[in-house]
Amino acid sequence: MMPRAKLKAQKVEAANALLEGRALPQGGAWITRARSAAEKRVRELGLPTKRDEYWRYTDPRRLTAADVEPGALHDTQGEPPAFDAFDRVKLVFVDGVFDADASDPMALEGVEICQLSQAAMTDLHWARDLYGSLEARGQSPVERPLASLNTAYATQGVLIRITGKPEKPISLIYHRESETSDAMVHHVIRVESGAEATILENGPFATRFNQVMEVDIADGGTLHHIRAQGRDHERVGCAHFFARLGAGSHLKSFTLTANGALIRNDSVIWLDGAAGSAHVAGATVGDGAFHHDDTVFITHGAPRCESRQVFKKVLRRSAVGVFQGKILVNQVAQLTDGYQISQSLLLDEDAQFLAKPELEIYADDVKCSHGSTSGEIDSNQLFYLRARGVPEDTAKTLLVLAFLAEALDEIAEPAYAEDLRARLEAWFERRG
Amino acid sequence: MLKIENLHAELEEDSEVKILKGLSLTIKPGEVHAIMGPNGSGKSTLSYVLSGRDGYAVTEGSATLEGVDLLEMEPEERAAAGLFLAFQYPVEIPGVGNMTFLRTAVNAQRKARGEEELSAGEFLKVIRAKAKELQIDADMLKRPVNVGFSGGEKKRNEILQMAMLEPKMCILDETDSGLDVDAMKLVSDGVNALRDAGRSFLVITHYQRLLNHIKPDVVHIMSEGRIIKTGGPELALEVEENGYADLMAEAQA
Repeated sequence: MMPRAKLKAQKVEAANALLEGRALPQGGAWITRARSAAEKRVRELGLPTKRDEYWRYTDPRRLTAADVEPGALHDTQGEPPAFDAFDRVKLVFVDGVFDADASDPMALEGVEICQLSQAAMTDLHWARDLYGSLEARGQSPVERPLASLNTAYATQGVLIRITGKPEKPISLIYHRESETSDAMVHHVIRVESGAEATILENGPFATRFNQVMEVDIADGGTLHHIRAQGRDHERVGCAHFFARLGAGSHLKSFTLTANGALIRNDSVIWLDGAAGSAHVAGATVGDGAFHHDDTVFITHGAPRCESRQVFKKVLRRSAVGVFQGKILVNQVAQLTDGYQISQSLLLDEDAQFLAKPELEIYADDVKCSHGSTSGEIDSNQLFYLRARGVPEDTAKTLLVLAFLAEALDEIAEPAYAEDLRARLEAWFERRG
Repeated sequence: MLKIENLHAELEEDSEVKILKGLSLTIKPGEVHAIMGPNGSGKSTLSYVLSGRDGYAVTEGSATLEGVDLLEMEPEERAAAGLFLAFQYPVEIPGVGNMTFLRTAVNAQRKARGEEELSAGEFLKVIRAKAKELQIDADMLKRPVNVGFSGGEKKRNEILQMAMLEPKMCILDETDSGLDVDAMKLVSDGVNALRDAGRSFLVITHYQRLLNHIKPDVVHIMSEGRIIKTGGPELALEVEENGYADLMAEAQA
C-alpha cells in the first residue's frame, strides 16, 4: 500500500507535468476567472489514478496521457446517424470543433444559443455564473479532476439558455474525421423557470474526448437529454454531466453507448429544490475490447424528490461494463423516493460486469431501493421463442432488446426510444 | 403424420436417469390422440424431446413428422415443419410484446417454408379475428408475452399462437392444468375449431375431464416411459373410475 500523502504527491506531480508550458485560452474577464480557478483545481487535485476509489475498475491513463493513441475510424456502412429522421436544430462539431457551415442557424423560439468561443470573448455573459460552477461543486465529495481540466482548457461548446418551450429539439452532433483528434468540449445549459426542452447528442466525437455539460434547471423547468455515443470502437473518452435541479423541476437523461475502447460517463446530480425528479438511464452494448463505465452520483438535498437510475449493459467477448451508482440523501430530504437498478446480460463467459451500488441516507422517512444483477440469456425464454419457429439468432436479439427495454423506456418521447431501439435491432441482426 | 418408434431418452447431465424407455406411437392425419398417465411417467418429457428442448439425450429409436426425422432438427425447424407444443407452463417474456412475438414467429415460419411474409396490416387483421374467438382483448395482445397473465389467459394465449401458426401436429401438454371450468371450455372450443382432416393432435393430460371437451379418437396410457395400454375414449373413463394402479399392475403382470 502506498501512503496517501505520497500517492497525492504523485497525482499532483502528474497534473503539473501535463500542464507544463500550457497557457490558458484567451478570453474575457468572466471566463478567464473560471478557467484560472479550474486550472488551480487540477493542480490541487492531481490527475486520477487507478488507486482512486472511483477509478478502481477503470484505468484513467489513456484519458490523462499527454498524447492521443491513434484510432481507426468506424465504417458506418451507410447506416444513418441517430435521430436523422427528426426535425431539429443541428449544431455540428467535427473532432470537437464547431462547424458553422454544417450547422443550422442558432435561431429557435424560446431558446438562446451561442458558441462558447464567442461568449468567451465578451466581458459579460449570462453563463458567467454557471460556467465551471457546477463542475467545481461536483469535486466534493468525489474528486473529478478531468472535468476541471476541461473547464480550464475547453474552447469549444455551446451555451444554451432555454426560456420557453421550443418546438424542436436542439441536436448536438459530433463527427469524427481524424484518427488522432483530441477534443475538449464544454456546454452550459440553463433551463429557466417553467421552460422545457429536449437536447439530443449523437456521434463518436473524437479519437479522445473530454466533455463537460453543466445543466442548471430553475424551479419548474424540464430538460430531456438523450445521448447516443456513436459506434467508433477505437476511441477513448470521458463525459461529465453535472445537473442542478430547482424545486418542482424535472430531468430525464438517457445515454446509449455502443462500443468504444474506453468510455467513462459521470453523472452528478443535485436535487436542490423540493419535489423535483431526476431520472438517469443508460443502455450499453459492448463487444470485444470494450470498457464502459457509468458513474452516477445523485444528491437529494430537499424533501419529496424522486430519483431513478436504470442501467442495462449487454456484454460479450472481453467487454467490461462498470456501474458505480450512489444515492445520497441529506437529512433535510424527507420523503425521498430513490430507486436504482443496474443489470448486465453477459452473452458469454469472457464478458465482465462490475457494479458498486451505494446508498447513504441521513433522513429517516425515505424510500430507497437498489438492485444489481448479472445474468445470461434465459434458456426457457429462448426455447419458447424457438419452439414457435423463431430462429436462434433472432430470438436472442429479441431477448437482448427486451432486456434493454427498461432503460429505453426512461426516454419520455417514444419516437426517440424507437429510433434507438431500431438501430440496436439492426446492429444485432448484422452482427449476429 | 407423427410416428414414434421405440423412443429412448435420458437426462443429458445424468445418463442414469432414463425417462423414455421404448415408446412407440403412430398418429394419422386428422386424428386426436390422448396420452394419460401418472406423474413421473414421462409425458412432459415426451413433449420436450419431440419439440427439441435441451437437456435430454435420445439414445435409441426415432420420431418422424410426415416421414421427416424430427430429432435431427433444431426447435425452430421443427416448428416450421408443422410441429407445435402448447406449453404446460407458458413462459413469461418481459420486454417482448405479445403481438411482436407472434408476428416474428409467424413470419419466421413462413420464411422458412419459402412463403411470403405477412404485412403488418394483414397480420393485424388475422390476429384480431382469431383473438376475438378466444376472448383475448387488445390489451392482452399489447402486453409483454404472458407477463401478468392469469393461468387461463396464458393457456388461451397458447391456443391463439396455435391458431396463428396453423401447425399440422399439435401437442398439448397438460393444457387443462390451472383452468377453471369456463376457461377449459373456451380453450377446448379453440382447439376443436382447429380440428380438421389434415391436422393431428396429441393431448397430454392427467385427468379425463379435458377429454369430455376435446374428444380423442385414441387414448394411450403411459407409465414408466412406455405406452402400456391403448384403446378408445372408454379407456379414459376407466382411468377416471379406477385410477392408474390397476392398469399398471396389469402391465407388469
